[in-house]
Amino acid sequence: MRVNFTVNGRKQEADDVWEGESLLYVLRERMGLPGSKNACEQGECGSCTVRLDGVPVCSCLVAAGQVEGREVVTVEGLADYAAHRTDAHPGAGCASGACGTSLDAAKQWQALPSNSGLRPRAQGSQTGEAGGLAPIQQAFIDAGAVQCGFCTPGLLVAADELLERNPEPSDADIREALSGNLCRCTGYEKILDAVRLAAARQEEAV
Amino acid sequence: MAQKTRTAPAGTPTNVTQKHTKGGIGESTLRPDGTLKVTGEFAYSSDMWHEDMLWGQTLRSTVAHAEIENIDISEAVAMPGVYAVLTYDDLPAKTKNYGLEIQDTPVLAHGRVRHHGEPVALVAADHPETARRAAAKIKIDYRELPVVTDEASALAPDAPLIHEGRDDHHAGHVPHPNIVHRQPIIRGNADEAAKRADVIVRGEYTFGMQDQAFLGPESGLAVPAEDGGVDLYVATQWLHSDLQQIAPVLGLPPEKVRMTLSGVGGAFGGREDISMQIHACLLALRTGKPVKIVYNRFESFFGHVHRHPAKLSYEHGATRDGKLTHMKCKIVLDGGAYASASPAVVGNASSLSVGPYVVDDVDIEAIALYTNNPPCGAMRGFGAVQACFAYEAQMDKVAAKLGMDPVEFRQLNAMEQGSIMPTGQVVDSPAPVAELLRRVKARPMPPEQQWLVAGEEADVRALPGGLSNTTHGEGVVRGVGYAVGIKNVGFSEGFDDYSTARVRLEVINGEPVAMVHTAMAEVGQGGVTVHAQIARTELGVTQVTIHPADTQVGSAGSTSASRQTYMTGGAVKNTCEAVRAKALEIGRRKFGSYHPAWATAELLLEGGTVVTDGGEVLADLADVLEGEEIDVELEFRHRPTQAFDLVTGQGNGHVQYTFAAHRAVVEVDTELGLVKVVELATAQDVGKALNMLSVVGQIQGGTTQGLGVAVMEEIIVDPKTAKVRNPSFTDYLIPTILDTPTMPVDVLELADPNAPYGLRGLGEAPTLSSTPAVLAAIRAATGLELNKTPVRPEHLTGT
Repeated sequence: MRVNFTVNGRKQEADDVWEGESLLYVLRERMGLPGSKNACEQGECGSCTVRLDGVPVCSCLVAAGQVEGREVVTVEGLADYAAHRTDAHPGAGCASGACGTSLDAAKQWQALPSNSGLRPRAQGSQTGEAGGLAPIQQAFIDAGAVQCGFCTPGLLVAADELLERNPEPSDADIREALSGNLCRCTGYEKILDAVRLAAARQEEAV
Repeated sequence: MAQKTRTAPAGTPTNVTQKHTKGGIGESTLRPDGTLKVTGEFAYSSDMWHEDMLWGQTLRSTVAHAEIENIDISEAVAMPGVYAVLTYDDLPAKTKNYGLEIQDTPVLAHGRVRHHGEPVALVAADHPETARRAAAKIKIDYRELPVVTDEASALAPDAPLIHEGRDDHHAGHVPHPNIVHRQPIIRGNADEAAKRADVIVRGEYTFGMQDQAFLGPESGLAVPAEDGGVDLYVATQWLHSDLQQIAPVLGLPPEKVRMTLSGVGGAFGGREDISMQIHACLLALRTGKPVKIVYNRFESFFGHVHRHPAKLSYEHGATRDGKLTHMKCKIVLDGGAYASASPAVVGNASSLSVGPYVVDDVDIEAIALYTNNPPCGAMRGFGAVQACFAYEAQMDKVAAKLGMDPVEFRQLNAMEQGSIMPTGQVVDSPAPVAELLRRVKARPMPPEQQWLVAGEEADVRALPGGLSNTTHGEGVVRGVGYAVGIKNVGFSEGFDDYSTARVRLEVINGEPVAMVHTAMAEVGQGGVTVHAQIARTELGVTQVTIHPADTQVGSAGSTSASRQTYMTGGAVKNTCEAVRAKALEIGRRKFGSYHPAWATAELLLEGGTVVTDGGEVLADLADVLEGEEIDVELEFRHRPTQAFDLVTGQGNGHVQYTFAAHRAVVEVDTELGLVKVVELATAQDVGKALNMLSVVGQIQGGTTQGLGVAVMEEIIVDPKTAKVRNPSFTDYLIPTILDTPTMPVDVLELADPNAPYGLRGLGEAPTLSSTPAVLAAIRAATGLELNKTPVRPEHLTGT
């Protein structure tokens, strides 16, 4: 069958798709977008998380035919997507001011133990390529949340959606939002650091 | 259609250039591959793609032990889209087996299968689903044989022999052919010493089979070459070890098998053994087309070896004033159907079985069995993990019997620099065991009843059971537990462990640039980051390029045993020193006549210049190197070790020791048996932190794997059929972000005078003690004995 859909803002069509193929397979093997990862292919690990019409889903559990006429955002399109969101809603956030972690609390995130003599980096990065990344992507690099990196694309898509929905998440909110994404390397502490950092930078930028 | 047209092979690893990343050793430099990894551009082994590529599929045994009476591939071969179906008869060379130490593992089963999931046949087809369906059409007639699943059935007088006619180098000294290797350690006289004991404590412990559960599945791409050889792009831990095992079974000389590391999605020991490497090469050579194999998660559970499950029997004695008198133990590791790393795991389990304590009189025996269970081999902690679980439970029991505080009791018996191991080896670098325990104990406790928020409903997310909303705090009790462990670094027992680095220094666009080329497998640990830090420190340059790891340079050894920063880091350091000497030689030749310091002073490379140790700048490095290129390749070895004596276990077997301590705080819902780990604090000595950000990441990751085995992780093998019951992420549970607590980390840096920069290997140590610390905390909360991992709800509720 033929499937027409939008991926990262571009119209795509895939031909000769077998009915059993997953969205994940179509993205990786037909579209040449291997950013979404194939770690369990049964919806348990979240490595293949993409946004389907804005909603985070495990693309391994979505049949290719289900995406006909719909919009998909993968990690490859995350930076553009985040940039668009900023353009569309500058200063979007928690209007009531009553939600989530305070800026001061978020700033207290620590990438390192207090006895190490190092302090959190407030902004900027050593990679020098900050321009092309979504804030959550930069925060993952800066906080040391990337090790082998196989879980990273799925976590980024899920975390970006969390921050869009809840710009000042508490630790419990972050844990709840990312509970569908397994990471085997980091122990999650630095992933929490990264989300706190992105949230703090987001607020600072407002 | 919008499908991309790509030339071959897409996703070949590219150089990682660190133009903008600054930082020498000791700085928390960021990963050079970080940007690629967060944008989805980083090429993992399962992302490889080649025009005209086929997909490979393995057919695996559905039974654990059987004679293969017949294989019928006719239906599979006839399927449209199928290019090749291979069985044992199609293997091209006289060598049909491989293995890390003992070549006992068949590439494809020869007449007999020895474990559930053993590879029997291979298919190559034009779509992965076609390959899967074709594999399912292969008919195999099995005549099932009785299964050997534990010590009793393996060593029974009429036990089937898993490997008949063994002729490996351990066969001559083992008491039974179903024992892969046996290592006793006898020191002092444990029976005599036991007479001095005021208390004697015995315990039996069971450690479950843990899986590495790396997220990136076994995968890679084999591309046939015009010279009859093959290019293999694959995720592995040791390219050269793979090459040694692959080339003979393909019937090719090693130079015709060219291997390049592709992106590795975690390893933890599970990629030390061959998985799909040989299979993909066989299919590529047979079809003349590139072949990609990607395991799904189900197959991944069969495609790599696991952590050895173990039964451990311990006896400790102590005097009334709290000094250990003696220790006796027997450790039985289940190695499964093939040897893999079992002999070395036995060496570790026995030599580290006492833990970081001084006990002069010991009687130790460790064995690994051949059974029909899944093969077991390397996993983070490598034999030391199982022992730590048992000796730390014993320490708590002895302390309790003496009425002593468990931390004070440990500190009273803690080894220190100068202590003697049960193998007779002197611990000749810092061993801050008592201090690590002091640090985790001194840390403030997390607040009680964190689920209570003044004036509000309980936040169930902070309770055992969490969002399942199973309790609002009633029936929840807290417990605190401590543990500490000792792990060796590097390959032991006389192994010629070395690493190779090639470093090139040249001027590009007016700037000095260093290129570092090693075969080190970057599996996520951050070696690529620290290699550039080392090059910057030693050569005083800003720009460093990390060449892709491949077999065009000498072996780097394995990314395991906490050895890569020590070994390949050491190789990069030494090679940079040689490059620096050559650069200074060139400088003396070119500019020596302009300044006497060229001949008289100690010279350094700093900030792109040649400076004296007094800080005087003599020349720009770019000017020195103009028109010259320095290229050096050197091997680095750690100090030699010795094999353990086969009777007494004596010998200087290990290179370096590394230590970590944990304090676990748990809350247990005693009614439902649900555990919430509230905090898991670590203190670890790393000798010298080359990159603190990476150090802390490794410690937290290792701690989490220990937490996993404490409360949820176990591959369950049916004891009657030896079949694996839970090969999926639905049924084999690894900790999520909700299961993982706050993990404060306290890092000590007591230099080891024998190691590069004084560093200690660090990746494994935190995996040892986090499991017993969590168990101790659950015991403290519930008063239950709990001698098995993982602790499941039924163990806590008695149901």
